[in-house]
Amino acid sequence: MAEVSLRKVVKRYDDVEAVRGIDLDIADHEFVVLVGPSGCGKSTTLRMIAGLEDISDGDISIGGDVVNDVPPKDRDIAMVFQNYALYPHMTVAENMSFGLRLKHYPKAEIKSRVAEAARMLDIADLVDRKPKQLSGGQRQRVAMGRAIVRNPKVFLFDEPLSNLDAKLRVQMRIEIKKVHQKVRTTTVYVTHDQVEAMTLADRVVVMNKGRIEQIGTPTELYHNPATRFVAGFIGSPAMNFVPCRLEEANGRLYIRLTDRISFPLPPARAARYQSVSRNDRLLLGIRPEHITETRPHAEPGIEPFEAMLDVTEPMGMETLVYFSLNETPVCGRVSPNAGARDGSPLRMAMDLNNMHLLNEASGLVI
Amino acid sequence: MSTMTVDKAGPTRNVKYGSMSRDRAWALRWSYFFLTLFAIFSLVPPLYMLITSLKGSAEISAATNPWWVFHPTLENYIGLLTSNQFLRFFFNSAMVSIVVVIITMLISIPAAFALSRMKFWGSATLATGVFLTYLIPDSLLFIPLFKMFALIGDVTGIQLINRWYVLLFIYPTLTVPFCTWIMIGYFASIPKELDEAAIIDGASWLQTLTRIFIPVALPGLIAATIFAFTVSWAQFLYPLVFTTSADQLVLPVGIVTTLIKGDVFNWGQIMTGALLGAAPPLIIYAFLMDYYIAGLTAGATKG
Repeated sequence: MAEVSLRKVVKRYDDVEAVRGIDLDIADHEFVVLVGPSGCGKSTTLRMIAGLEDISDGDISIGGDVVNDVPPKDRDIAMVFQNYALYPHMTVAENMSFGLRLKHYPKAEIKSRVAEAARMLDIADLVDRKPKQLSGGQRQRVAMGRAIVRNPKVFLFDEPLSNLDAKLRVQMRIEIKKVHQKVRTTTVYVTHDQVEAMTLADRVVVMNKGRIEQIGTPTELYHNPATRFVAGFIGSPAMNFVPCRLEEANGRLYIRLTDRISFPLPPARAARYQSVSRNDRLLLGIRPEHITETRPHAEPGIEPFEAMLDVTEPMGMETLVYFSLNETPVCGRVSPNAGARDGSPLRMAMDLNNMHLLNEASGLVI
Repeated sequence: MSTMTVDKAGPTRNVKYGSMSRDRAWALRWSYFFLTLFAIFSLVPPLYMLITSLKGSAEISAATNPWWVFHPTLENYIGLLTSNQFLRFFFNSAMVSIVVVIITMLISIPAAFALSRMKFWGSATLATGVFLTYLIPDSLLFIPLFKMFALIGDVTGIQLINRWYVLLFIYPTLTVPFCTWIMIGYFASIPKELDEAAIIDGASWLQTLTRIFIPVALPGLIAATIFAFTVSWAQFLYPLVFTTSADQLVLPVGIVTTLIKGDVFNWGQIMTGALLGAAPPLIIYAFLMDYYIAGLTAGATKG
């Protein structure tokens, strides 16, 4: 087991920079998820850690040793691929033991390691089958088993669940988490699915356009995003961004959303935004769950307003409502009993204690 | 209401199905017609050979129905199979073909692996180049090749012309490019992650080739093997040019040169020899047919 660190890592393809200088430290035993839209460089970063791609610039070290020029087989890593990449002509047991057999481990040890991993992954009765006789979920378990038996320093996962159907994906997600809790191997996991990132990670690395946007625990990223990209990427439905202005009246700071809607800021927020220029083009960032039906009692920072609903989506335990503020579409989450109907007005409340203010030009959260 | 809708939809749908199945039926009829035609074309000559091989020379030259054997005899078969010369031809052919297959595989499997997986500078051009060499006809090559081997003989004193093993150097010029090409396509159909998984598991390039690629691409390798064997076995021009002594001849050339004496054609034995010569590829095809088809198509579509 070991820590992994990346120093100013760059990957260039001819004239395109896929990864533009990444600094990242992954602690021993840590489960880190690289997440971002396709083409953000997350897979390339993972493949550079694996040694499947050369590094154009910078250093990667595993367990303290710089591995820039170390071939994959000597990096002591194991990788799980999106399409499983099982050897089709070998049985499950042979697939799992291939790496150990190449390294000439004693037969008895290979056997016990395979049996142990198979038991952990619940595939003990499948070890004599060929990959084509297995379902997608079972194949993915075998692929994980192949990684586990090697007992490597680092596990690398490259979108391992995206070939599975939604239900199985949730199940395997839990399975992966369980395995990590048992073996505690340092893990780097790549996905484009922010739910997977949030649920699995000790720390999430959000990437965009070859750069790291933000690194943090799932809750940090959720509650304190640093940029508009992170704020919009993490969370589903996504955070709303409404153009707004700061105004001062009667010695209080107000946030103006439309000609008719203007809310006084809660004191804590007002203090934080006091120095923001009143002329800047700003965005109010607010998550759908902070736009709800009105509460029976007035609470500080929770401001009522009325909106004409365009569309409502009843989800069962909640109803998603869509309306516009100055032609910006906004999503809110109300109780199914709030009486929300398509095309009718609804009184709602915005929880400004959980708001974010963003500079529209820089995309940074203030 | 609902019954009416069904009534309305019913006929249109039926007509559609009807026209489709009629098209299908016609397509099937035509394909059977042409398949039968081609089957007759290609099966009549071997059948005629079989009939003739069972006749004595008197009956062959007699003006009887050529499609019927009145006095069946195995004398042609016995004559050939007890002739040391014929067995020598057979042995030469088998030796040449088997060794050429081995040489071809030893060259083209690593070549195809390198060209399809190790992306080195110019590998794509080289892959195309390999295929282009296959397009050069042997009738164009045999004179320069002959001169070359004659020169080697003059300079080094190693006499290769008129030795059966000279063919071991020549046939691969035909078999290696094509087999390499088939296998490049076949290897390309193996997903990239498979060799990446093997590399991460600790396999060297050679181990990736022998433990992963060869077993996974086995149908393609068998297709290539069959091709190499058939080409070597049936080759006529090169052995005709490069070998002349009776003990150095391979089967196709041997039959023609020894069983035709001046203007006397020993038809019975010619037919028998040709039939016996056609047997090994036929047997191989029969056993490996499924692999052969799977191999050719998989290689062709690049997966």
